[in-house]
Amino acid sequence: MNFNYTDDQRMLSETLSRFLDDNYSHDHRMQAAQSDLGYDKDTWQQLCELGIAGALLPEACGGYGGTGVDITVVFEALGKSLVVEPLLSTAAISANLLHEATKGSGESSQQPLIEKAIAGEALLALACYEKSQRYAVTTPDSNISKSGDGWVLNGAKTMVLNGDSAEHFIVTAKHDTELALVVVPASASGVSLSAYPTVDGGRACDIEFSDVTLAADALICSGAPAIEALESTLAKANVAICAEALGVMETCKEMTVEYLQTRKQFGVPIGKFQALQHRMVDVMIEIEQARSSIINAATSLDDDRDTREKNISAMKNLIGRAARLVAEESIQMHGGIAMTWEYALAHYAKRLIMIDHWFGDTDYHLQRFIELSATHSDAVH
Amino acid sequence: MNLDYSAADLEFRDEVRRFIQERVPADLRERVLAHKTLSKEDMELYHTRLNEMGWLAQSWPEEYGGCAWTAVQKHIFDEETAAAGCPRIIPFGVNMLGPVLIKFGDEAQKRHFLPRILDGTDWWCQGYSEPGAGSDLASLKTRAVREGNKYIVNGQKTWTTLGQHADWIFCLVRTSTEGKQQQGISFLLIDMKSPGVEVRPITLLDGTREVNEIFFDNVEVPPENLVGEENMGWTYAKYLLTHERTGIAGVGFALSNLAHLKSIAREQQCNGKPLIEDPLFAARVAQVEIDLAAMSTTNLRVVAAADGDAAPGAESSMLKIKGTVIRQEINDLMRRALGPAALPYIEEYFDPEFDGPLPVPDYAPPIASHHFNERKISIYGGSNEIQRGIISKMILGL
Repeated sequence: MNFNYTDDQRMLSETLSRFLDDNYSHDHRMQAAQSDLGYDKDTWQQLCELGIAGALLPEACGGYGGTGVDITVVFEALGKSLVVEPLLSTAAISANLLHEATKGSGESSQQPLIEKAIAGEALLALACYEKSQRYAVTTPDSNISKSGDGWVLNGAKTMVLNGDSAEHFIVTAKHDTELALVVVPASASGVSLSAYPTVDGGRACDIEFSDVTLAADALICSGAPAIEALESTLAKANVAICAEALGVMETCKEMTVEYLQTRKQFGVPIGKFQALQHRMVDVMIEIEQARSSIINAATSLDDDRDTREKNISAMKNLIGRAARLVAEESIQMHGGIAMTWEYALAHYAKRLIMIDHWFGDTDYHLQRFIELSATHSDAVH
Repeated sequence: MNLDYSAADLEFRDEVRRFIQERVPADLRERVLAHKTLSKEDMELYHTRLNEMGWLAQSWPEEYGGCAWTAVQKHIFDEETAAAGCPRIIPFGVNMLGPVLIKFGDEAQKRHFLPRILDGTDWWCQGYSEPGAGSDLASLKTRAVREGNKYIVNGQKTWTTLGQHADWIFCLVRTSTEGKQQQGISFLLIDMKSPGVEVRPITLLDGTREVNEIFFDNVEVPPENLVGEENMGWTYAKYLLTHERTGIAGVGFALSNLAHLKSIAREQQCNGKPLIEDPLFAARVAQVEIDLAAMSTTNLRVVAAADGDAAPGAESSMLKIKGTVIRQEINDLMRRALGPAALPYIEEYFDPEFDGPLPVPDYAPPIASHHFNERKISIYGGSNEIQRGIISKMILGL
């Protein structure tokens, strides 16, 4: 048992943090977030050149990392600077899913796409949510059926992260009674998008697939292996977004402590007031709890499915509660200034709260934890 | 980074399990799990068995008879012994005074007192709090005045846990009223059999007798019983308090009580189904289980980060706060799990000999009492508010 990063992980963390300190000001972030793409293409490609996307993927598909802890290191640093570039959608989720879904079959037919994702040359997006299904992902209404040599896809997806700038989608669909994963070019005929910015500074879209014809090899995985590939990928997505939340929380804590030390009222720094001191301590304690739950989940990605998923749901539930506390207390302790668009903290707080809406929220994961506990009696770590 | 136990850790865990099975009597463990009152002999027996293994002084260096365990080994020991219903180690001699003597005591004190802590010759209690000095411990007033070749001690201590069994008490006493309050305090070892020492019990809200008031009326103490230097006692007291807090997260106790909570919730029926299947109740249990799993890792992180024999610093305050909040939440859920069966107060149940009929399931009588009794854990050892003050100053710099 040890809690240390490897030398490579320490170096990765330092390299990324230095790059962001030098190149990623809050103004830069706001400009990128409010642009048409919702991110800055040059910055994304620079991050990929630094090897950040590669760190999120295993060697077997051209990366050099891909463990839960590697993902944690990267996303905690990204969170500290509130980075909006599409490392989550493209590398952490889509490229990992392509790899997971095809890894049994020798050299993956999807390898060229994975490599473009690692290099920052193509944006990929996972389309797995449907309006009637809330956070459930394994029982889509979208469906594919046989058509000649290939397939035809019908259905609608929602909340496709970065979907409006994606070159390819990985779409979940029902094939007979089984779950299927299909790769769909964004340019295919019958695909129509309706894009929107999100409250937390990113972009997403709804997609309609109307009689979209696909080649035979568009279907990359189905049945139990598709469920496993999707679940294990969303486990990584949750580790990534929770680590991002941790980074965001760390920045909120830093900003709030500094504010408590410098803002004066009644003639003294407001951090001298016990009512605020004790609240700040509770914020700090919950951030440490958040870090621990991420460690538990990140180190259990290679465990059996139930143990892994139990740790993932425990993490997402705890992060949801901690993130809300940290966001709301940071705003409260700052007072009016944190209510302004201009003040960076406001955007950190919004991201923290809205992270709960990605990949299953606090309640969804509490319920899931209970269901998994009923079938799996071992305690989490 | 990984959270797996090494082969050596797993072997150690087996050794602990063997020790529990073979050396800690099953009837004693059953009494602990049923929250019955333990006798002095019960507690002494457990200490003796641990000492036979060399496992009693877990935070002492090996040269004094400690076992120099790693953080992970301590964690395994705590988890296994709590789950199996072993009594808790009485901390006053071995975990509180011992480390202070090792760090600040003179050779004669170490040679005399340390072996007697290990073999159980001396039962120690702690003389810190006073009626007027609780959270503001440095305002204590018990006086020790040097007269010729002895100190004369006058005053009163309170909340002295298990003082009724004690042979000795380590006391914070005022030896000076000059300068800051903290600068006039000394650390004195007092024989409880000295003329002028009187012990009066305090009955707690659950009906138990655990704590006492101790009165000192012109008690004579030889100067060789002064630890370290006169007026430096506050430094030693603070050192002791960090040791007192290291085990205070109580992860082992929390895990064992969580298991007990789940077994109660499987037994109790609600709308024709086991309570554990009730969505509202299941959600409450799941949330505390999730918090505890994180807490267990927080505990390991903090303990592992402290070097070898150094006690964790202000981070231990964090463990104390979160650990006690979680344990109290589990206690509350155990009480609620019982429903109406939580109500009957059956005083005789706590008597180890009691074997009579009960109006409720046999696991029910101690639960509400336990709930009330453990309100103490967020108060003692520096209340959670005091801990927040420490973190605010030492870690956050406010």
